[in-house]
Amino acid sequence: MTTTIDNPATATTGTGTAGRIGDSPLRPDGTLKVTGEFAYSSDLWHEDMCWGVTLRSPHPHARIRSIDTTDALKVPGVHAVLTADDVPGLNRVGLEHLDQPCLAEDVVRFQGEPVALVAADHPETARRAAKRIVVDYEVLPAVTDPRTALDDDAPEVHAGHEGGNLVREVHIRREQRTRNEHEHSGEPVPEAPVVVALDFEVGMQDQAFLGPESGLAVPDGEGGLDLYVATQWLHVDQQQVCRVLGLTPEAARLHLAGVGGAFGGREDLSIHVHACLLALCTGKPVKMSYARDESFFGHVHRHPAWLRYEFGAQPDGTLVYGHADILFDGGAYASSTGAVVGNGGTLGLGPYNFPSVHVDARGVYTNNPPCGAMRGFGCVQAAFAHEALMDVLADRVGVDRVELRARNGMAEGDRNITGQLIDSAAPVAELIGRVRDMPLPATRAADPDLRDLPGGVANTTHGEGVVRGVGYAVTYKNVGFSEGFDDYSTARVRLEVLAGEPVATVQTAAAEVGQGLITVEQQICRTELGVERVVVHPKDTTVGSGGSTSASRQTYVTGGAVRAACEAVRARVLARAAAAVGHGGLRLDGEKIVGADGQVVAGLAEVLGTGAVDETVEWRHRPTAEIDPETGQGDAHVQYAFSAHRAVVDVDVELGLVKVVALDTAQDVGRAINPDAVVGQIQGGSVQGMGLALMEEVVVTEGRVRNPSFTDYLIPTILDTPPMRIEVLEYPDPHAPYGVRGVGEPPTISSGPAVAAAIRAATGRDLRRVPVRPEHITGV
Amino acid sequence: MDFLAPTTWADALAAKAEHPDAVPVAGGTDVMVELNFDHRRPSVLLDLTRIPELRAWDRADGRIRLGAGVTYARVIDELAAELPGLAMAARTVGSPQIRNRGTVGGNLGAASPAGDSHPPLLASGAVVELASVRGTREVPVAEFYTGVKRNACAPDELIAAVHVTPAGGPQQFCKIGTRNAMVISVTAFGLALHPARKAVGAGIGSAAPTPRRAEAAAGYLAGELDAAGLWDSRGALPEGLAVEFGRRVRDAAAPIDDVRGSAAYRLHALSVMARRAATWAWDDYRRAA
Ligand SMILES: Cc1cc2nc3c(=O)[nH]c(=O)nc-3n(C[C@H](O)[C@H](O)[C@H](O)COP(=O)(O)OP(=O)(O)OC[C@H]3O[C@@H](n4cnc5c(N)ncnc54)[C@H](O)[C@@H]3O)c2cc1C
Repeated sequence: MTTTIDNPATATTGTGTAGRIGDSPLRPDGTLKVTGEFAYSSDLWHEDMCWGVTLRSPHPHARIRSIDTTDALKVPGVHAVLTADDVPGLNRVGLEHLDQPCLAEDVVRFQGEPVALVAADHPETARRAAKRIVVDYEVLPAVTDPRTALDDDAPEVHAGHEGGNLVREVHIRREQRTRNEHEHSGEPVPEAPVVVALDFEVGMQDQAFLGPESGLAVPDGEGGLDLYVATQWLHVDQQQVCRVLGLTPEAARLHLAGVGGAFGGREDLSIHVHACLLALCTGKPVKMSYARDESFFGHVHRHPAWLRYEFGAQPDGTLVYGHADILFDGGAYASSTGAVVGNGGTLGLGPYNFPSVHVDARGVYTNNPPCGAMRGFGCVQAAFAHEALMDVLADRVGVDRVELRARNGMAEGDRNITGQLIDSAAPVAELIGRVRDMPLPATRAADPDLRDLPGGVANTTHGEGVVRGVGYAVTYKNVGFSEGFDDYSTARVRLEVLAGEPVATVQTAAAEVGQGLITVEQQICRTELGVERVVVHPKDTTVGSGGSTSASRQTYVTGGAVRAACEAVRARVLARAAAAVGHGGLRLDGEKIVGADGQVVAGLAEVLGTGAVDETVEWRHRPTAEIDPETGQGDAHVQYAFSAHRAVVDVDVELGLVKVVALDTAQDVGRAINPDAVVGQIQGGSVQGMGLALMEEVVVTEGRVRNPSFTDYLIPTILDTPPMRIEVLEYPDPHAPYGVRGVGEPPTISSGPAVAAAIRAATGRDLRRVPVRPEHITGV
Repeated sequence: MDFLAPTTWADALAAKAEHPDAVPVAGGTDVMVELNFDHRRPSVLLDLTRIPELRAWDRADGRIRLGAGVTYARVIDELAAELPGLAMAARTVGSPQIRNRGTVGGNLGAASPAGDSHPPLLASGAVVELASVRGTREVPVAEFYTGVKRNACAPDELIAAVHVTPAGGPQQFCKIGTRNAMVISVTAFGLALHPARKAVGAGIGSAAPTPRRAEAAAGYLAGELDAAGLWDSRGALPEGLAVEFGRRVRDAAAPIDDVRGSAAYRLHALSVMARRAATWAWDDYRRAA
């Protein structure tokens, strides 16, 4: 089935809170967010609370000789000033490697690294006191260019780290030997009549969520506490918090506070441990909330990348080999660099068939801001390179750019570059064909509204210098956690009678970060249990882990867990009914128990009258496997999601300004549980990918961030956001619950490369770096 | 921090005289950002929003006297015909929220080289009216900007108004930003034709430590137009003249490389904007015949 949404503004079909899967019930948080009434984590409040602030390193790399907190402690209203010495447990955090102190010890490794904490009655008091902390730094030589991080003479970012500044490297090798190996072995290079190559560079993107890091830690008076925080994964936060505080999970309870966007930037800890340390030390509730500038230092960014690609092909454009060398700047701490390198390597050649493969992907430590998870996770960077190179190849062999992609595109039954069988839909040719076949936007009017021109009302052109370009991209990404990770979610479903009516309560710890999971959980319960009323329990750690709200996985994995819990509840209800009526063959229909003959044998409320049914289920997707360290071969991923974009841009080639005129897309979502939410994800993801192509970059010079503000870190406004025609394909994945396929990330991956390609088409320039700046387009 | 909120102009001037370090607040769209970012910590804030005459504009002596507290939204709604260059610039400022609060007086107070009011004010030869308990004085806007984010206001002075002659000919404003709305200028250009005087005014933004005029370029364009009799004939603007004007505007600038753009790009963009603006303004002038 395909749904085409031409005018997304009218796509809302919500009908109150009712709704089963396939419907688009309104989200409970939607109206509140639009009217400004939603309580975000920064709105948390507690009587008697104090405010915590963080003192951060001004240097990218320095030794801390001493920290003197005397003057800070003298400021009236200050309750605590803490340093690494005050950490009760292990002073280490990290998603993959415990390499990051929660407060710096002897060394700071990036500008903005937390060094000390202050709690005071008022945030202003705390900030003033923090300025009085005297830190004696000895500035050290810093590694700020990742391309030199592995040089013999590069300073060590983590002294004694095995592998020096290398965080992880991945090698993918298939079949024919590579040029390099052949050269080394003296054998001839593998034959490909056509060889194309390029270098590409991707700047550092920020998640730029609008709700800054914030939370509230409330001590319980018995040595434990409750932490209310905006996050993507409560349980992994809890583990990390407990390790640093030396607490058991029972003593450190986490609760999800209102999340104002995440996009990967809330997978690592921010205020969590700091607020807890201050709360335990002062015995008072402590709130922390970053301002915008601090937020730019308070979370990881998307890895900047340097990519060198070479494709060999037959004269008709059929790919013979793919060769890629990808370097990710991991910054000062590993965060999820390892997994990003894994994705960049295993998925780095895009959704194409390559008989022969040679990919090296590396992530390195530097003294730049730490980089980690962001929507698209390692695939975004690679996509810019492989899509640019596919265009080069198409032009070289004289094949249409769309046709070249379709011809080489994966299909179900193919194996990708790690040798994994693609065992559900892989409609590469269809997706790219569909975006090509969509109607093109009208040509520019003779007397256009300024808002429709590059530069907008800033009035830089009335049409002079404006050239239209069209660009295409098709990409794919893994869904869920990969490479052997035990990826599961827990759901508890309780069915009971309240005020005479059957009510289901669903509880998971899976974070709602704005994507619409709450609605999905309700829709699944309604569908499986046939009840109208479904209550979603607040998200906290009183139930098992829901896994991370990332990797486009929650509808799949937590959705799977909720369905499994519903099935368990249903089985017990029917067993109870069978015992009561004396025969089986029963099913739930509406709020009735129905026999095989279609006759109602009992009301659901009646059966539940004898007591609630409550089931908790831990649910896993099919296991994945580690890849072979030498060849990179293995079934690394559980599912792949494909998308294609066509971008149409108007470029003022003389001034280098761009107006995206249309950004159309086709994506296979397996099954749209909530079609409106699917479209919302595709719209938002497309704009975020476009943002990286056009303007979004954390500019770092010599380890220092030069634009930590929304004045100079630009994200697209609504006037930069083009109309989008969205075709949603539904080819169910037989291995996934309801056939779903992850939705959130793919649009972020294919949109940017399509925009970049369209700008290249308009300008005739190579443009091998994103964001594309006016300087690059004009060549000055 | 003390917060003074005088309700009359006389009280405001007295307060400023008494607290020369008081920071005036009009729309607060610069001041509050600075406070938020902890870039400044004034001991006294002087709220000017309760003084009616600051929010008024009127005509006197053939000029428009724009009270310092008139917002961009009102410039757009009420003065687009008489001050088209300033209104075009106002349309590019921030978002609707910022245009509803932000004022031309605040833009002058901040005196940022990137302020969007400055190029059109420079192009139309505006005059800033400064007041203190000592009296009032008028400063031509070109002399008002004294350094990066510094202006000619004495510590006891406030900006009362800016005086601008209503447009006697076409005006244009162009601004480069790396997105299509809500963006601080990478560089900007304001142009005013003064046919009655056969003169041209040109102002540039974000391309020098202060906003500045492109006087030589403007004089060159006016002179060439005159020499060719074009002011009277309203003949077509020779392409080469527009290009040369662009080049000379570029020569008036002294930009830096920063995170928003390179100096080289700013120079290039200025020359293109000046060329295009001159062409559009001249076409308007010809059409107006
Ligand atoms: C999101 C955002 C977007 C923005 N976009 C733009 C933009 O596109 N272009 C642009 O030019 N600016 C922009 N700005 C900056 C700002 O809006 C403008 O400079 C505006 O004109 C300031 O006016 P205000 O009334 O808010 O000034 P305030 O913030 O109240 O004051 C600004 C300065 O002027 C002083 N001041 C104010 N009134 C007087 C007076 N009567 N006498 C003496 N000194 C005085 C203040 O002390 C202060 O130093 C933006 C700001 C924000 C927050």
